[in-house]
Amino acid sequence: MAEFDTRIDYYPTHEFEGIKYRRGHVLPFGATMVPNGVNFSIYSSSATSCTLVLFEKNAEQPFAEIPFPKEFMIGNVYSMIVFDLDYETLEYGYRMDGPFEPETGHRFDKGKILSDPYAKAIGGRDTWLAPPNWDKLYPFRSRLVFEDFDWEGDKPLETPIEDLIVYEMHVRSFTNHPNSGVKFKGTFTGLKEKIPYLLELGINCVELMPIYEFDEYEHSKKDPETGELLVNYWGYSTLNFFAPKSGYAATGKYGMQVDELKTLIKELHTNGIEVLLDVVFNHTAEGDHRGPTISFKGIDNKTYYMLTPEGYYYNFSGTGNTLNCNHPVVRSMVLDCLRYWASEYHIDGFRFDLAAILGRSQDGSPLSNPPLLESLAYDPVLAKCKLIAEAWDAGGLYQVGSFPFYGRWAEWNGKYRDTIRKFLKGDEGVIGDLSQRIQGSPDMYWARGATAGINFITCHDGFTLYDMVAYNQKHNEANGENNQDGNNDNLSWNCGWEGETNDDYINTLRHKQIKNALAILMVSQGVPMILMGDEMGRTQYGNNNTYCHDNELNWLNWELKEKNADLYNFAKHIINFRRNHPVFRNKDHFRNADYMNTGFPDISFHGKKPWQADWSPSSRIFAFMLDGGHAKSGFVGDDILYVAMNMHWESIGFELPQLPEGKQWHVSVNTEMPSPFDFHPISNEPRIEDQHNFMVGARSVIILIGK
Amino acid sequence: MSLSVKSEVIENVAIITIEGALDSSTASQLHEEVQKIIQQNPTELVLNVENLDFMASAGLRVIIFAKQKLGSAVKLFLVKPQEQVVETLRMTGLLFSVTIVDKYPE
Repeated sequence: MAEFDTRIDYYPTHEFEGIKYRRGHVLPFGATMVPNGVNFSIYSSSATSCTLVLFEKNAEQPFAEIPFPKEFMIGNVYSMIVFDLDYETLEYGYRMDGPFEPETGHRFDKGKILSDPYAKAIGGRDTWLAPPNWDKLYPFRSRLVFEDFDWEGDKPLETPIEDLIVYEMHVRSFTNHPNSGVKFKGTFTGLKEKIPYLLELGINCVELMPIYEFDEYEHSKKDPETGELLVNYWGYSTLNFFAPKSGYAATGKYGMQVDELKTLIKELHTNGIEVLLDVVFNHTAEGDHRGPTISFKGIDNKTYYMLTPEGYYYNFSGTGNTLNCNHPVVRSMVLDCLRYWASEYHIDGFRFDLAAILGRSQDGSPLSNPPLLESLAYDPVLAKCKLIAEAWDAGGLYQVGSFPFYGRWAEWNGKYRDTIRKFLKGDEGVIGDLSQRIQGSPDMYWARGATAGINFITCHDGFTLYDMVAYNQKHNEANGENNQDGNNDNLSWNCGWEGETNDDYINTLRHKQIKNALAILMVSQGVPMILMGDEMGRTQYGNNNTYCHDNELNWLNWELKEKNADLYNFAKHIINFRRNHPVFRNKDHFRNADYMNTGFPDISFHGKKPWQADWSPSSRIFAFMLDGGHAKSGFVGDDILYVAMNMHWESIGFELPQLPEGKQWHVSVNTEMPSPFDFHPISNEPRIEDQHNFMVGARSVIILIGK
Repeated sequence: MSLSVKSEVIENVAIITIEGALDSSTASQLHEEVQKIIQQNPTELVLNVENLDFMASAGLRVIIFAKQKLGSAVKLFLVKPQEQVVETLRMTGLLFSVTIVDKYPE
């Protein structure tokens, strides 16, 4: 017999209706497989008693309800080992008794069966959009998972952050379109089939929009005009922080979503692609006082949520409630959760949705030294994970440039987006700002290096890149909120016509503007992020907030790759161009000096005349030169790169800086030229005839190589 | 759903024939059979799965268990698996650690 049979701590001491159990281990929290049984552990600061509720998979009624004997409770933790349970078919939950006194923060209801905050899988939404049974006694069921996945030699890749090309994507949207060509559409497996596409494009990091278990039916409604079902499609509303979304797994209906997701991550890693998760720790799916009681609310409302003195929910997230992240107990849960994803799923990093909330105290006021952010920054398990903040929240706290960083936090650089958009549409007075953005925003991140900012022009929130050049206004009628939702300040320009047009001039200009945007993004210091589909001109027809659409507004239409082949080819080129030139990927800021004695400073600024940038308020031109002798702070060699941008409506002649003896200017990119002459293959760039002057077309970007 | 499991060991090759559905209600049968066979230190494990119609998480766990118990030196053959079984193994990452054949010996 096995060794554990001789251990006294694995013998039952109690029996209840034929079920054997004993005192459990308080740690770890959650349900853990132990020899012959399962250890259950859960805490509540204010419950008066707790009952473990056990179900057979999918059964309507539980097969057992076992109250925790008082002597099993240590501090505020209830723990118990139950023997002879079937790990595969078990679903479990808890009943918590205690006061229902919203004014003091308590909302106990022992009539409800509550899901375990530490459950590793959730049953109930096994298949995407499968019609739920609304009357179910226990709709979101805690389950056990096995940790027997064979990772072989895999581990997180630890790619230096400055070398990443981040691709922000939605698992379902990526392959759910009928023309995606994959067998299991809209799933982790579908994404895995498309890895060759990501490689061809040059992507080495995917950032997955939420994949924690959520309820796509939350706040679902029928569009009053079309009758179409509007759902919680994006998934920024967590049911459970440890469980992957079963509906994103083709094998979810067989209970293998954990294995399928791990298989995807392993395969991405094999291909050199990192995986970042977009994690939503600012609120949960339980809404405000009118929302459902699913888990946290019934287990320990006062601990998990920020409450007003009257016992209502603070709403810094804009979604009804706010997770009480700087409560020590909640902080531990967040930490446990991220450690779990980093160690059990080999996740390479995290992007924290509305992260400014994570820096608020329990009464909502911003903290100067937020314990949660500090804990994450110094955590040994997360030591090599990328930590990226969306450094604002819906309560008006905007911390881009001032987010507490503890030597390692990076942040979505919202100022980069705004400045580049203004410049692209021809606004005046942005050249000074622009020069900072393309340098990795040293004005904001001087002490943090060039990699503190994730540069992006578009993300899931707001217009796609194509819509940014095709619409002046948002068109969100399809969201069923009378076009009231979504951002009004898009800094976009439609190039002369609102929406689709057959006008060749406008369509050509739009494509050029997209190429300009991609070119600027890829020659900027910092970490570039592109939005799924922008490389092929994906449109949402002017909708800048498609959170509720499970349809072609969100699904990537793969035919665009052929239709907009010029965009795709350009995107592929410019991404791979960046990856070929270390001079764009510095970890440290420029010093504006020639510290390597090459004859040129690391970076220099130019205008119509070399060495004379036009900083005037009416200027719409900017050029800069990067010296390859200073690439990666001088540790590697590269060519000399010269980039000139002209967002004026007329062509402008630029006099070029004179190269050192023996080097000549070659052209890599000129967005003014029609495809396929808008770029030249890497290492095959033609030498330009006139080595002293270059006519940069109206609203165009050129990239020259001195070699 | 039901499962039938038969096994034999011939010259250090363990052969298990599985028919029916391999899910949480039946996987323990296979698990027991695998445990029994492992005691005999086979050099190869052959699973005849031509008439295995369905495999859920519990079934996957048994194959992982067998693979881990036997170690990497012991080859695991799957004879004539149906498409659903192959798909499941592919999506959950196990396909690379088994060898699929039309008959055994090849």
